[in-house]
Amino acid sequence: MEIILAIIVGLLYASGIYLMLRRSLVKLVIGLVLLGNGVNLLIFLLGGLVKGKPPIIPPTDTVLGQIYADPVPQALILTAIVISFGLQSFAIVLIKRTYIVLDTDDLDQIHSAEEDEDDY
Amino acid sequence: MGINFDFLVDGLSLLFALMITGIGALVFLYTSAYMQGDRYLDRFYGYLCLFMGAMLGMVLSDNIFTLFVFWELTSISSFFLIGYNNESKASRKSALISLTVTGLGGFFLLAAFALIGNITGTYSINEMIGSAAVLKAHELYLLIIIFLFIAAFSKSAQFPLHFWLPGAMKAPTPVSTYLHSATMVKAGIYLLARFTPVLGGVLVWNNTLTIVGGFTMVYAAFHSIFKKDLKEILAFSTISALGMLVFLLGLGTSEALLAATVYIVVHALYKAGLFLVTGIIDHETGTRKIFKLSGLRKVMMPVAIAGLLAMISNAGIPPSFGFIGKDLIYESALQLNMNATVLTAVAVLANTLLLYASILVGIKPFAGPLPDTYKEVHLPDWRLWVPPLFLGAVGIILGLFPVIVEGGIITPALLSMHPTAPKIHLKLWHGFNLVLGLSAVTIMGGLLLYFSLKPSIRHEVWLAKFNKLSPQNLAIYLSRKFRDFAGLWTRLLQNGYVRIYVLVIISFLTALLAYQSFTQVRFYVDPAKISPLTSAEMVVMLILITAILYLVYTPSRLAAVAAMGVIGYCICLIFVFYSAPDLAMTQFAVDTLTVILFVLVLYRLPKYITYSNWLIRLRDGLVALFFGLLITILGLEVLNEPTSKETTQFFAENSYTLAKGKNVVNVILVDYRGIDTMVEITVLTIAALGVFALLKLQLNKYDQEL
Repeated sequence: MEIILAIIVGLLYASGIYLMLRRSLVKLVIGLVLLGNGVNLLIFLLGGLVKGKPPIIPPTDTVLGQIYADPVPQALILTAIVISFGLQSFAIVLIKRTYIVLDTDDLDQIHSAEEDEDDY
Repeated sequence: MGINFDFLVDGLSLLFALMITGIGALVFLYTSAYMQGDRYLDRFYGYLCLFMGAMLGMVLSDNIFTLFVFWELTSISSFFLIGYNNESKASRKSALISLTVTGLGGFFLLAAFALIGNITGTYSINEMIGSAAVLKAHELYLLIIIFLFIAAFSKSAQFPLHFWLPGAMKAPTPVSTYLHSATMVKAGIYLLARFTPVLGGVLVWNNTLTIVGGFTMVYAAFHSIFKKDLKEILAFSTISALGMLVFLLGLGTSEALLAATVYIVVHALYKAGLFLVTGIIDHETGTRKIFKLSGLRKVMMPVAIAGLLAMISNAGIPPSFGFIGKDLIYESALQLNMNATVLTAVAVLANTLLLYASILVGIKPFAGPLPDTYKEVHLPDWRLWVPPLFLGAVGIILGLFPVIVEGGIITPALLSMHPTAPKIHLKLWHGFNLVLGLSAVTIMGGLLLYFSLKPSIRHEVWLAKFNKLSPQNLAIYLSRKFRDFAGLWTRLLQNGYVRIYVLVIISFLTALLAYQSFTQVRFYVDPAKISPLTSAEMVVMLILITAILYLVYTPSRLAAVAAMGVIGYCICLIFVFYSAPDLAMTQFAVDTLTVILFVLVLYRLPKYITYSNWLIRLRDGLVALFFGLLITILGLEVLNEPTSKETTQFFAENSYTLAKGKNVVNVILVDYRGIDTMVEITVLTIAALGVFALLKLQLNKYDQEL
């Protein structure tokens, strides 16, 4: 299982980077989302996979039992998911605004090459 | 730090300090008349005072780093003074060139000083003399003197760094007088003289200085005789005189050092005088062209006398102080063991040419008939003609009575360069000997040259042919190339394309990781740590992989977003399988919202257009795949490492007992890391406000066109 998950993480990274290398603004943002997912999964994988033992203390106990999933990476990932949602939603709306104003989602046309003719 | 304002007055400092203050006082007096009514006179005096202070500080500093700071200050104040006529383009350019050259020298000076300070363990020049033997035997000695020479040569205008000095003549004449003849250009000489007891006396030191100085003095003297502008003639003859001083310091014998000391005084006196005379001519007639000027003695006799006196000293005609100086130069050259004949001949040649130049400046404008155009010219304000006359007179008086300066100034200065120098006695008359003969040859040669070589524009034109090869043009060419290179480099790395940035960063990272992986990683997975795979998980994984591949290849944006949603939900399921219910819920909610938002925005965007060709796609694909592969390998490798569960243990034990919460993840987020979460909420709020504002923003037509 860990091996396949590691491969999936690698695939998410690869596809994220590949999409970020494209000229389309939409693809850039989707690539960013995939990369974020890849990072989250990587942290999750490295925290150790445990089946069916969520880090929740049973009603009768006051401490966690012997085998349980690690809560620290989970807390980290939860923060990461929420923050990247903030980033993504803002980016998506920016895409829309860019398209309305510039009528394109091609990064090369948005990129205004500073025409600084050397006159020094 | 050991960097203090340590000041020390010894013979050498005293000599320079007297020159700076003495000539400075005359220049200030002169300026008050010369620059009368100038719009920025206050500014001008400010710069001049700044310069004077910096110069004094430099020659009086005992600490090398204070010396360096003052050295740089003279460069900066000189920049302001040269560029004083800031409305003239040529003036600005000259100021920049001189700042560049002398500033470059400053860098090397700092490097040399840092090395010296490290080796000797002291920043005091006086204490360094004790470590002179250590320095000279040190392996970095060569580097130190190279740096020191570059600094001194740039400041004192030695070939090939001399070209800023003629340009600096764009400055008002008082500035040229003060900075570029008498004081600032002597800073390099001062530096060399100051470090003679510390670093001097080694063959490479002596030979370098002799060769560079000797070449500069002939090269510049040769140029000076072809120039037609009074100030340019003086500029080149100054470079030549500086070359002479470097040459003498290079000879390094006690006679040569004595000659250098005397010549410093001689040169300051006559060159300042000639510059001031030139300034008066320029001020009164409006021209400095040598072939236009003649007969001015009829209208301004005192100025003509001042010019004549300065010229006599310059030419080394008895009974001037210059005659003593020139005698000493010839004497020291003749007494050498090696190459005495060659070096003496070089000195005679340079002196002959300089004599011609001095006649051009000191006598030519005043001799002959007075043209009608200058009939109206009159004697200027006394503040203009008294200073040069005074300087000229001093030159003669010192020649007649050298004893005035012998004991108080010359001897101590010599002793601070050469502590074991024998007692000296300056005198005008040495009897009939070879030295006197050489003096006579010099004077005759100069006069002969004057009568045979009439100033004409042809020579300048002829000389201009070699301009392409001159150090000045080479330097400008080099700096232009450097600028082009910088532009090219910037355009290569900072080209403004996000994807190129990403590509460069990822490729570099991949290369680093790959190298590390191949040398360090064992490619081993512990079977005991692998959990078994159920069929449900298998299906989810397959869907996930399919969705990723589909997302990359699909030509439709909407399909891509849908695939993205599928990926999110699959990850959500993975969280469910592996005991992370909170993550699963968050991922679910966030993924749903993201997809909805995307769809809302995208439904009216057109289909993808394929912008890139297959080659670029292949390149990007390979880079991305390789990077992903490395991440996979790294992930598996990290799994092999034992992890510390201390923090986890803490939360497991204390979540309920301390924080009264049973869901450990939630307790961590809202309790142990409560402030972090609060800031996170703030960030989300700001993002939400931004989204809202962007969605609601209505641009009017004018703004849209922007």
